[in-house]
Amino acid sequence: MIAGLQSYLLVSAILFFIGVAGVLTRKNIFIIFMSIELMLNAVNLTFISFSRFMNNLTGQAIVFLIIAVAAAEAAIGLSIVILIFKNKDSLSVDDFDVMKG
Amino acid sequence: MAANTIFFMIFSLVAIISGFVMITRRHPLSAALSLVVTFISLAGLYGLLAAKLLFIIQILVYAGAIMTLVIFSIMLLNVQEEDLPAEERIIERVSITTLILLPMIYIIGRSFTVIKDGQFPEVSQDFGTIHSVGMFLFTTYSFPFEVISILLLISLLGVVVLAKRRI
Repeated sequence: MIAGLQSYLLVSAILFFIGVAGVLTRKNIFIIFMSIELMLNAVNLTFISFSRFMNNLTGQAIVFLIIAVAAAEAAIGLSIVILIFKNKDSLSVDDFDVMKG
Repeated sequence: MAANTIFFMIFSLVAIISGFVMITRRHPLSAALSLVVTFISLAGLYGLLAAKLLFIIQILVYAGAIMTLVIFSIMLLNVQEEDLPAEERIIERVSITTLILLPMIYIIGRSFTVIKDGQFPEVSQDFGTIHSVGMFLFTTYSFPFEVISILLLISLLGVVVLAKRRI
């Protein structure tokens, strides 16, 4: 038995659903943030598997760009979390209602 | 069984288990540390898929830089046990999430019926190396590559603006 494209797609799908479950069930803003990072990585794994399957480097170039966007997102997101925590003294997403959403 | 398959099983099992551990921990610091394990085993999967440049970048940028930033922020805020959200009615939310995600098993099953022959083709020795991906990024994808630099600059300025004011 040799691990083919399906096995990698299966792992990627399971990781993505774990990320979705984390966003839906948890209230802690840090856990939700890290679940989003996990979902980004699951999609990256899909891109790289298809890049290998198609023998085409476009998938890897896109993953490179996704990682850069994730780094920018992490910097902005964490600075917002720190600001809100200093003002609200809470990590629960229920208390983050500055924008009345 | 090929060595490739054994490594695939080890890396994917570690990635899935530590990903699951990540969403079930109460304290965000333990969650962040198990997410680092997930990222490193994902880097191993990238290596198995001949993505040599992304293998390095995943360890350096994701497990190194981004997760260090997350752990640094958690420690900077000095999160105590009483700061953590209560996570009330967790059983209801877990069951609703399971209900939402159950139909997705069908989609996973489709990937085994639609893709009949998923064997990876032989690729050349320099597939996914720093040279080949770099040439590809600087020729075909040079415009998105430059746009990314502007995005990073904007996020740098945004963090400085956010850090300097009081809301």
